[in-house]
Amino acid sequence: MTALEFATTPQFADRLDVRLRVNGVDRQLDGVDPRVSLLDLLRERLDLTGAKKGCNHGECGACTVLLDGRRVNGCLVLAAAAEGREVVTVEGLARGEQLHAVQRAFIEHDAFQCGFCTPGQVISAVACIKEDHTTDEHEIREWMSGNICRCSSYPQIVEAVKAAAAAESRPTSS
Amino acid sequence: MRPFAYARATSLDEALAAAEEPGTTVLAGGTELLNWLRLGIAAPDRVLDITRVAGLDRIEPLPDGSLRIGALVRLNDVAADQNVARDWPVLREAIHKSASAQLRNLATIGANLLQKTRCPYFRSEHPTPCNRRVPGSGCAALHGHDERHALFGWTDDCIATQPSDPAVALAVLDAHLVTRSARGGRRIAMTDFHVLPGVGVDRDNVLERGELIESIELDRPAPRSAYVKVRERESYEYALVSAAATVELGEGERIDSARIALGSVALRPWRLTQAERRIAGLAPDDPGVATAIDAALAEARPVAGSAYKLAIARGAARRALMSAAEVRP
Repeated sequence: MTALEFATTPQFADRLDVRLRVNGVDRQLDGVDPRVSLLDLLRERLDLTGAKKGCNHGECGACTVLLDGRRVNGCLVLAAAAEGREVVTVEGLARGEQLHAVQRAFIEHDAFQCGFCTPGQVISAVACIKEDHTTDEHEIREWMSGNICRCSSYPQIVEAVKAAAAAESRPTSS
Repeated sequence: MRPFAYARATSLDEALAAAEEPGTTVLAGGTELLNWLRLGIAAPDRVLDITRVAGLDRIEPLPDGSLRIGALVRLNDVAADQNVARDWPVLREAIHKSASAQLRNLATIGANLLQKTRCPYFRSEHPTPCNRRVPGSGCAALHGHDERHALFGWTDDCIATQPSDPAVALAVLDAHLVTRSARGGRRIAMTDFHVLPGVGVDRDNVLERGELIESIELDRPAPRSAYVKVRERESYEYALVSAAATVELGEGERIDSARIALGSVALRPWRLTQAERRIAGLAPDDPGVATAIDAALAEARPVAGSAYKLAIARGAARRALMSAAEVRP
């Protein structure tokens, strides 16, 4: 008899209860269809509509969120598979009325026009800076390439990321 | 998307037992599977999430200098590994030129090799003749848009290419995939893993039902190695053609041995083994290198719209080799 014959069988379910920590708050969602993406769960069940549903195929980056601190495409994660994980969306960046440094940099550098891609760009930029992929314009462009901007605000986005990265590396004066 | 049931495996044995059941599809990073489900390329009854199976997400240097990469290590983590960066730079470069930062945080090195062709007819949201989608329906690309298709190893049944960048690097490195199934396991050479259309269009690779990739093994270090990817935009795009090369230099900085593989020219990474033999003894920038690559490419049989890719392949192969040898073009 092999070890395999003793292996337990995972329990398949067609509805799941999913627990997540979203923007610092523990959430429990009952009866989630396994087909639901993390993006749809955030938007439809938690009313967090910051992350956008652009292509729904992982091609545009408008749905970018942080999952356990790493940027991912929310449209390509099953909500069920995110059980127990920590999610940060663009709504979780500000502290009260105080915007995140990357959000301020996007405003100061006019880094958007229509704004549809902006929540994904901002989250991606937060991760890009944390990953230290901001040495120069080329590196920023390369590591921000997963976020498409149809208004083509790329030069301003690069400037915003560069400025936010520089601000972060300076010791805070306040 | 058709309804399915979901379960999370917590051990490899549990995963292997469940993966064998007909109608079960395995979920790793999800960057391919979710799109397959949306497009109807896959319509499983059960999705088995293996991402929390312990032990498959580690990179282990082995005493003999080889490296074992667990199948579930995320692409960005493979590229960031110090051993990979130092001894197998071609793999790091291929990964960094794959997809986007977000996708590489999800996609796993094992499942990256299981991605399917990017042929637009195969990926079509509407019914389109494609022998891989509907057996016997024909190949719309053969008489349609065929400008991102094969130079080698195609048949009238399918003229598509395999898009994985890491697969090209692993092919040039002579990497092996270690698999497990409920009945045991085996070691498969990367170069033998993908199935060409001449063998059949009903499968992409040699994995049997319930057989999972457990790890990828890199044998000899290849510190002089490089990856060149030619595409229509600078980043976040599939290759028109890519090339991977490794080189060992001997006396007078001449090539002792070299390996070259092309990507996006067939349904598997395409090694130029004849050229590899012919260039031994030459300097990396010797005109004889280009002659040898030309001779290898003379055996190509490009589909009509993709013939232009031959010139790109020639340049990419040469540039990868010179970059591996750290010789300026």
